[in-house]
Parts: sequence; structure tokens; C-alpha cells
Amino acid sequence: MDRTQIAPPIKAPLASLPAQTPPSRLARGRVDGGPLLARLRRPWSDRLANLALGTTSLLTCLTVGAMVALVAVRAWPTLTHNGLAWLGSGGEVDRQIEGMVATSNHPSASAYHVRAWPLLYGTLLSTGLALAVAVPFSLLSSIFIVEFAPKLVRKVISLLVRLLASVPSVIYGLVGIMVLVPFVGNHLVTIPEKRSLIGTVELTGASVGVAALILAVMITPIMVALISDALAAVPNAWREGALALGVHKLRATLAVSLRAIRPAIVAATALACARALGEAVMISMVSGSTSFAPNISHGPLTFLAEPVRTFASSIVDNHEGFGGAPALDSTLYSFALLLLFSAIVLSIGAYLIKLPLRRYQAVR
Amino acid sequence: MEVTAQPLVARGRGSSIWGWRLRDQLILLAAWGAGIALCLIAGAIVIYMGVRGFQFLRPDLLVTHPQAGVDQNGAGGFLDPLVGTAVLTLIGIAIALPLGVCAAAWIVEYGQGGRARQTLARLVESSIEIVAGTPDIVIAIFGLAVFQLGLLGPLSSRSESGVVTGHSFIAAGATMSLIALPPLFAATREGLQAVPVQVREAAFALGKTRIATIRRVLIPSVRSSIATGTTLGISRIVGDTAIVIVVLAEGAPRNEPVGSMPILDSLRGTGSALTSFVYGNSPAGEGNSPTKAYAAAFVLLLFILVLNGIVGLIARAHVRSSGFDAGAGQL
Repeated sequence: MDRTQIAPPIKAPLASLPAQTPPSRLARGRVDGGPLLARLRRPWSDRLANLALGTTSLLTCLTVGAMVALVAVRAWPTLTHNGLAWLGSGGEVDRQIEGMVATSNHPSASAYHVRAWPLLYGTLLSTGLALAVAVPFSLLSSIFIVEFAPKLVRKVISLLVRLLASVPSVIYGLVGIMVLVPFVGNHLVTIPEKRSLIGTVELTGASVGVAALILAVMITPIMVALISDALAAVPNAWREGALALGVHKLRATLAVSLRAIRPAIVAATALACARALGEAVMISMVSGSTSFAPNISHGPLTFLAEPVRTFASSIVDNHEGFGGAPALDSTLYSFALLLLFSAIVLSIGAYLIKLPLRRYQAVR
Repeated sequence: MEVTAQPLVARGRGSSIWGWRLRDQLILLAAWGAGIALCLIAGAIVIYMGVRGFQFLRPDLLVTHPQAGVDQNGAGGFLDPLVGTAVLTLIGIAIALPLGVCAAAWIVEYGQGGRARQTLARLVESSIEIVAGTPDIVIAIFGLAVFQLGLLGPLSSRSESGVVTGHSFIAAGATMSLIALPPLFAATREGLQAVPVQVREAAFALGKTRIATIRRVLIPSVRSSIATGTTLGISRIVGDTAIVIVVLAEGAPRNEPVGSMPILDSLRGTGSALTSFVYGNSPAGEGNSPTKAYAAAFVLLLFILVLNGIVGLIARAHVRSSGFDAGAGQL
């Protein structure tokens, strides 16, 4: 059904009728109708409309292009001065960034010196931990919602999932910093643990563990929404086929439905990952904002209680320095460029992974 | 006779949970547990914020200006942030609404004809998808970079030394329109796609042009989808923190105009919104008065709940009033 073939073949007399009447007659009847407004009220030609709407749509493409270009241009000095060592380790990244505030308006090459490894490690660690919690959790709850929940419970849960998805990150951050951080700092972290790290880092409770836990709560609704949609779209006949072969409902779900939507699961994980990588405000509130690299050799529990800093949260933490020193600006824009780049790669990846699903008509 | 008493379908190993393998029983248990845990987490957050809100929210907080002060109880309320949130929402939606609706209408109604148009339509769709996936902190500093350009200097405030800072309500609102655009676009597009092709054919048969069909027939019939998208966009804007902190400057709790012109200079000035007020008054920020942070966060959560409710109401009303569901319930 190509809609272009349905387009009106003749210049319709009805539609063009007002155009033939003099514009003054159209405008006279209206109190506010200036000549421009009257012209707008007259029927547009299709060619003009196509051009106008098409240009508006093109504006969005241009904005995205401008975003990539502008962020890249602003990040360029840092990237050229540091090269690939930018992502390496060496020195304390917090000090390096703080030092940039004092640099001049025409910074020398040494002013751009930054080694962002702790931030990269922190970003990957918090995202990885959050995904490790959120992926199985959202798989299980999607199965529950689609296959096992009674109708009323299903309605309530989908309402709550939508609610969880729309709670602002600052509220998650507030609950984290007021409830979870003190709880971890006062009850879960023991005094010997605090003492063992004296001189290295202070264990207040603001930690990678709390950040990852809240991050998991934040990305679970996105994943549940995507996975349960895909699960519900699996053709019923496939499920019934499995049931007819004598397996029970859960086996049928695991063996048939879940297998059929594997691409959707990966895509949902990629999108959730992009969200977790870019979360700034909540992490800046609950993670201690110290670019400490949590060390697993301190013991697993202490490891989770150590503070961390991510790319996104360090942009928020340093936002007051924007516009002051070019070196600092450029460094923060280079962090943003990395986030932007990974977000684009993840969303394109999610799209490509989901392509095979289009072959089954029912599974979108 | 004994045989017919047996049910027709033999009760096999799979019919009762108790006959399942232990591993499957555990998985089922975990699935129930996960579902219930999800409810509990959502319930706990709402109830906790509700309790704190009723504990700390006093009506006078809503109508007094914030003041810098040590005393938590005496240092003003959050009238300015409330106004700030409203202004940001207005500016953001005023830009995103026409953009989103026009782009969706063009893609669905014009984007099919010809190879060039199809390519362009795909390009537009994927760029909006990229915007949807971009972290808001990146969008925030992109907005800052745009409004720091010399050309757009008059739209934002300046520092003491006369450098364009890029901080203003106009800058923040325009940046906000980017995060409101994807849900608006998606809802409108799905609504248009759900309108049966016969509706268009009928309009064409009456001699309407394509654009007349869009204006007189299609847009009115997807009004509820547009409303849903707008509501989702508003709830994105109301809940966004990073853009407010970076582009509107969290440092100033009061909305400060740059000059004496009544409205324009306020829009060019800096200020705060509810989210940045919560951030600034939490222990993470400078104000450090948690009771006010709780009160403002409660108001913020109320807004979000109400907006969520509106989305649900629109969807339900629409399904009842028209035969086809126009994609109104997406996240």
C-alpha cells in the first residue's frame, strides 16, 4: 500500500476554492487576521508543506550533528595534548583537574595533562555492578509479569514500573544520600575496616556499592519494559507448541520464549548500559565523589564500600569551573565526548542486534 | 467404568508445580520474588518520600523566596525554584512540541515517497533516537557550549568580567527541549501510524491535499497521542537535574534577572528549578538543609505522579472514545 499512489490525481476544486477568493475577504471576517495570518490560513500547497515540514525534520539531524561536532571541537585540545595516554593511569586525576582551574586563558601544553584511568575504571565498575544486579532481576520480573502474575497484579506492576522509570534521578540520589549512605557507613562498615584504610581513603558509606545498587533500581524499569514487551509479543502458538510436547509453563518460557527474544534482551541491556554510563547527578550524590579506584584486594565488602567517581559525575562535580579555564573545559568536554560516543555506539548496536527480530512479524 | 473417571488429559509431570524439578521451582520462586521486590521498592520510595514530605512540607515554603541562611527552619522556601521549573517547562515544550509534531508528520506522511525522502526520514528517525540515548549531562554541556558562542551571547547572562557564561532560562529551556523531543516525536509518530489508511483515502477522495489532510483530519485525530507525548516530555523536563545544574547554574537559589526589563531580563538571568534546589540542599550541595530538600523532593515527586496519572487517563479515555489504540502508553 504505497500512499504516494493514493495522492489526489486532480487539482481538487474544493481545496483550491478559498485560494481563488480574494484574501481580503478571508481576512476581513477575523479580528486578529493580519495579511500574514490570512495567508497562513489559506490552504498550503503540498510542495510548500513538504518543504516546510521536511526542513523542520532536518533541523533535528543538524542538531545531532552540531552536538557531536561541538563537543568534539571543544574536547580536541585535551585529546591531542594527551594522546591515547589520556585513558592511562598516572597521578591523581582529581588533583590534575583541580589544578586546571588555576591555569591561564592561554594554557601551555602541560596544563592539559590528565590521566583519566580512575574515572574510566569507576564508570565501568559502577555500570558493570549495576548491570550484574539488574539483568537477572529484570529477566525474572519480566517472566513473572508476562507469564505468571494474576491480571490485577500485572496491572499494578506495570504501573509501578512506569513510575520507577519516571522518578527523577535527584530523588533517587536524595534517598541514597539520606538513607542508604548513612546506613552503610554506620552499620555495614566496621571500625577495623575504616581503620585499615586510614590515610588511603575515608569510608563514609558513600560508595560504589550504594551507587551501583541505586543505578540498578534506575535501569531495571527500562529493561523490564523492553523485555516484557518482547516476551508478550512472542507468538502464542510457539508457547502452545512447547506445552503440547509436555513441558510445563516455566520450561516453555525458558526454552522457547526467552530464546526467541535473546536479541531483545541484549538490546535492552545495551540501552540500560547507556543510561547507566551517563547517569551523573545521582552518582555524584552517593558515590563520595573521590576518584579512588576501589581495590578488590581490600576484601569484597570493603571493596563495595569504597568511594568512586565516574566521567559523568565528575562533569557535574566540576560544573562551576566551566568558562573559567580552557584546559578544564576541554578536559570535561573530552569526558562528555567519550560518553556521547559510547551512547551512540550502544544505541546503534541495540538497533542492529534487534534487526533479526523483525523477521518474525509478531516480535517487534 | 473406572477408566472414564480419569480426566481426558493425563496429569503428567508438568501439570502441578509440586511435580516440577527443584531447579524450576527455585526459578519460579525467584520470578515471584523479583516481581514482588519491584513493587516493594517502588512502594517504599513513594511511601518514604510521602512521609518525609508530610513531615517537612509547610504551606509557607511554597510561597516564600529562598534565602541563604544557616538556620534550616527560617531560611525561606522554594517559590523561585517552582517558578523556575514552570518557566523551563514552558520554554522547553514551546520548542519541542512543534518540532516533534512536524517531524513526525513529515516522516509518516511524506517520508515514504522516493528514495531520497526515505533516506532522509531514516536519518531523522535515527538522529532522534540518538538524542534519546544521549546522557542528559552531555546534552547539558552541549547546550552550554552552544549558548557560550558569541552570536548567542545576548540570550544569556555574563560574568563580572563580561564573558558570556551561557547560563540563562532561555539557554536551559532550549536545551531541555532536546530531552522532551524524543517522547513527543515517538508518541505522535505512533499515533499517526495507527490511523487507518482508509481515513487518508477518504480525505483524498474528497479532494483534500495531503497537508490539508494532516491539518484537518490527522492532527485532530491523534490529539491524544500528542497530549501523551507532551505530558511525557513535561515529566522529563520537570525531573531533569543535570541540565539545570550545568546550564541554569545551581549556585544561585534565587532567580536573578540580568537587567530591569520585566520578563525578558528574567528569562536571560540565572535561577534554579526544583531539581537543582533538591540537589543544592542535600548534603551533596552547598545549602545542606535536608528538611527543605525533602519538602521540595516531595513536591517534585507529586508532579511526576500527577503527570503519570494524566498519561494513564489520556490513554484510557482515548481507547474508550476511538476504535484504534494510538500507541498512547509507552514509556
